[in-house]
Amino acid sequence: MLAKRIIPCLDIKAGKVVKGQQFENVVSIADPLEIAKYYSDTGADELIFYDIMASTEDRGPFLNLVSQIAKTINIPFTVGGGVKSIDDFDALLKSGADKVSINTQAFINPSLIKAASLKYGAQCVVLSVDIKKVEDEYIVFTHGGRTNTGRKALDWILEGIELGAGELCINSIDADGSKKGFDLPLLKQIESEVTVPIIASGGAGDKMDFVKLFKETTISAGLAASIFHSKKVSIPEVKFELKRENIPVRSY
Amino acid sequence: MTIIIDYGVGNIFNVLNAFSKIDPDTKLSADPKEILAASHIILPGVGAFEDAMKALEALGLDETIKTAANMNIPILGICLGMQLLYEKSLENGEWQGLGLLPGTIDIFNRDAVTTIPHMGWNDLIFTDQSPFVNISGFAYFVHSYLAPPDAQYVYAYVTYEKSKVPAIVGTGNVYGMQFHPEKSSATGAKLIQQFYELTQEAL
Repeated sequence: MLAKRIIPCLDIKAGKVVKGQQFENVVSIADPLEIAKYYSDTGADELIFYDIMASTEDRGPFLNLVSQIAKTINIPFTVGGGVKSIDDFDALLKSGADKVSINTQAFINPSLIKAASLKYGAQCVVLSVDIKKVEDEYIVFTHGGRTNTGRKALDWILEGIELGAGELCINSIDADGSKKGFDLPLLKQIESEVTVPIIASGGAGDKMDFVKLFKETTISAGLAASIFHSKKVSIPEVKFELKRENIPVRSY
Repeated sequence: MTIIIDYGVGNIFNVLNAFSKIDPDTKLSADPKEILAASHIILPGVGAFEDAMKALEALGLDETIKTAANMNIPILGICLGMQLLYEKSLENGEWQGLGLLPGTIDIFNRDAVTTIPHMGWNDLIFTDQSPFVNISGFAYFVHSYLAPPDAQYVYAYVTYEKSKVPAIVGTGNVYGMQFHPEKSSATGAKLIQQFYELTQEAL
């Protein structure tokens, strides 16, 4: 049976893992390779690395770090941030990334999704979408949550899948950093409309939030950053709790 | 020497990493002479069946791999590389494969599976004829097409929604893994190790 995935997310700035709240107040905490190894050794099912300043600073992704990560861990990992061309995809995959996450640049240039999916397969194209509720509508935000695009979230998501995205990472800006649980109303709306795997992101505050996510939706993966980085919750604790609730998880 | 066939498709960096840990004498090659002199041949692959077969054919490596199989050199296909070992695939058309295993690669049946691709960790269930022993655990899958269920060639399978998915297949010295052993943590490393042990005996 397919296991539910627990995915720590590592935001990288100036070569360090950082954490912030609602996309702001960023502080640096650790060396990415050390923390990647730690999570991989303690049962993380995948890792996601975001180069959080790449889009803002208008530069390409961090290839050197990616190849070091690939040598350090033997679980899959996704890289995002600053990916704006098929050459960026090529360079990241050749450096050892398993999947590439695109967000702002996919919104600006949707043909990138199609080109990457045709060339490398849908399985390595993760469409990451930052979503915030504005006047009762779920709206897509870009540029690290700073730009309101005015586009309805579901419209954009369905277009992205049509173009060839093989997986979605749904980040709730409202839930991000709140530690009050995943944004289940948003996630339920999206899961009922799509047939690709979804990673839920934003809001995990303790292990029971993962139990709720997997009990109340069919979503296959839950992502969190600060609760893992701060060691408030460990991945084995989350998995133990899920197992007790008869939710399939990977033992390792 | 282990040769990983380098035909310009997908990400082989991680495959090279993983196999080098067990056979330090592992290298990438597209040279038929080198491939036919290998102790073990790894056929990786990510992406579309058609592109991959065309890339092999353009380099003449389809014939090289068939010759290697006739010479009984152990071959392991990974992910799309496993699918290429079969006779045929129905991925976006109808394409001839290498024909080292009988049957046709097809897409998941929509009545059995709602979410495609099959992505994530799934627990391997070994069959009675599996040469792999004393291994249990989860392996990492990412695919939208699957091998035929022909029991004779299936060494391990997984269940995904209502579908039974061949995970490790083979006949003689030809092996295929639908998942990514190089990305499957300790379980993947053990499977790679056993592939060598099994095929050393066969040699």
